[in-house]
Amino acid sequence: MIKTMKNSLKAGLAVLALAGLMTHGAAPALASAAKVELPARNWSFNGMFGTFDRGSLQRGLQVYQEVCAACHSLKLVAYRNLSAIGLNEDQIKKIAAEFEVQDGPNDEGEMYARPARPSDRFVAPFANDKAARASNNGALPPDLSLMTKARKGGADYLHALLTGYKETPPDGVKMGEGMQYNVYFPGNQIAMAPPLAEDAVEYADGTKATAEQLAADVSTFLTWAAEPELEDRKRMGVKVLLFLLVLTAMMYALKRQIWADQH
Amino acid sequence: MSSKFFENPIIKWVEYRLPIFSFIDHSVGSGYPTPKNLNYWWNFGSLAGVVLAIMVATGIVLAMSYTAHVDYAFESVERIMRDVNYGWLLRYIHMNGGSMFFILVYIHMFRGMYFGSYKEPRELLWIIGVLILLAMMATAFMGYVLPWGQMSFWGATVITNLFSAIPLVGDAIVTWLWGGFSVDNPTLNRFFSLHYLMPFVIFALVFVHLWALHVHKSNNPVGVDIKGPQDTIPFHPYYTIKDAFGLGVFMLFFMFFVFFAPNFFGEPDNYIKANSLVTPPHIVPEWYFLPFYAILRAVPDIWFISAKLGGVIAMFASILVLMLLPWLDRSKVRSARFRPVYRQLFWVFVLDCFILGWVGANSPDAVFHGIPFLWIGQTGTAYYFAHILIIIPLISILEKPKTPPESISAAVTQAAE
Repeated sequence: MIKTMKNSLKAGLAVLALAGLMTHGAAPALASAAKVELPARNWSFNGMFGTFDRGSLQRGLQVYQEVCAACHSLKLVAYRNLSAIGLNEDQIKKIAAEFEVQDGPNDEGEMYARPARPSDRFVAPFANDKAARASNNGALPPDLSLMTKARKGGADYLHALLTGYKETPPDGVKMGEGMQYNVYFPGNQIAMAPPLAEDAVEYADGTKATAEQLAADVSTFLTWAAEPELEDRKRMGVKVLLFLLVLTAMMYALKRQIWADQH
Repeated sequence: MSSKFFENPIIKWVEYRLPIFSFIDHSVGSGYPTPKNLNYWWNFGSLAGVVLAIMVATGIVLAMSYTAHVDYAFESVERIMRDVNYGWLLRYIHMNGGSMFFILVYIHMFRGMYFGSYKEPRELLWIIGVLILLAMMATAFMGYVLPWGQMSFWGATVITNLFSAIPLVGDAIVTWLWGGFSVDNPTLNRFFSLHYLMPFVIFALVFVHLWALHVHKSNNPVGVDIKGPQDTIPFHPYYTIKDAFGLGVFMLFFMFFVFFAPNFFGEPDNYIKANSLVTPPHIVPEWYFLPFYAILRAVPDIWFISAKLGGVIAMFASILVLMLLPWLDRSKVRSARFRPVYRQLFWVFVLDCFILGWVGANSPDAVFHGIPFLWIGQTGTAYYFAHILIIIPLISILEKPKTPPESISAAVTQAAE
């Protein structure tokens, strides 16, 4: 009975969405009003030869661990993956061991908790979405594994969002309960409090932790988390294009030669 | 193939029992006479064939690591991207290959329209081509649902809901398509099954397409029939090498996107896992459906036909009407080179298709320099149908075409002088 109700509710929502599309009715005015240019940054991973800045990646990991991870999960990344950003086995084991995961059942049939291993995925801060909402004023902090691929503008957007808070909203903007004003967030009202203040973390490598630096580092780290294959991909791409360029040139020469008697 | 090849005893032994070598020779070899004047617009058919093969090859391997279940589909695609060896490469080739396939086929079809390739005696060849396009659309639509992202889910919801516009039985049909009361696990499972099946249907259609092609051979840029051996050259080596060169150029284009802008054609929302309780602010289909999406949304309520039903009819009609082209176009001259009026209006039609695509990407409520997109879409839709149903028949009667050359070889020598 509940299942049927849930299903008909889903169908109803779908039809509503469709009706919205078909009648060209009430446009979400918010979406069109909030078109702001994203400042384009010169990321080290941009361009055909782009690579990740290892220092920035490791600082970004630190920002994620000490700031973001309080609310945001990173479920698609495993601790072992951190070897790709330059951490050694011991460092990875140490990071993993700080978390507990449920395993089992053991031979007695009991579930038990054990420290996380490098093969485990990043342990989420909350047991489930409901728990996450309950601790966050009803808002759900999204998983960050694919954040840069899941937003238009990618790392540029993420960086702009993290540094785009305004303490006082512009005149005439009425803020919702517990909401913050952000220039780059669609609709401008975001439930996340400004996460990055100056010196929010003390960088292990001594880099000065300005809000700008923190945002850039964590954006780099999350770009890697979303596209861990980026460096391999670009490196292989250059080789593939060079190979194709030579092959195509040879094909063209051969074509000219074969067609010579036709022209 | 050279006669020396056929003198080889092993080749002779096989050939006597199964004439496969002479079959290949007559299909794409030296035994297949081809107009000597084909230009590079004639490369796109074979390129589309290559991409079909690439799609099937990558798709079969991807299916080995994909899980068609609402709880695992999204994560299984990410496993392919992160944990399967070169999984990211396979998936990005497959994902961008879809877009490439449509680019190639759209150019191939515009080529056919410009040079009058659909005309007698190639009507069935053209109609089979339109059927291939329809099969491709179904395949691409279902494939886009498989990663189970937000656009997968909501795109599937919107498009399957279109069938509810059918009077009386619409809702029952939608429930039957879904295998339930919303897009859910049964829907994902059947889409996976059909997405795997459809490419083989396309293969069969391509086979028939080529069969029909080989009866009357390729059309050509001047659009006059092959009159004798002086008009043709053997397919191999002339067009095999020309196709190989074209393939190289195309692969450079294709691989650029795979390696350096793999998500260029995609929507960021599809990297968010499907959620039936959160509707994306802006549901858009893949780019190759945008012109048809604009047509779908352009139709208002007309008398007793609801906007929804009218839109669905218009959208399907916009493709099906192409099948009538051979009879709507009365002109005996095939190539637009000798049809000054048709040639200009052809380019207006191409522009109209681009405008419809642009409208499809925007919300109908959005405004462009004071003009609502809805109006642009309606004008574009009206012109689309007017071009095919009114303008093409009219100019084919009223236009006075220039005289095409006597023969292909005459045209070639003229050009050389």
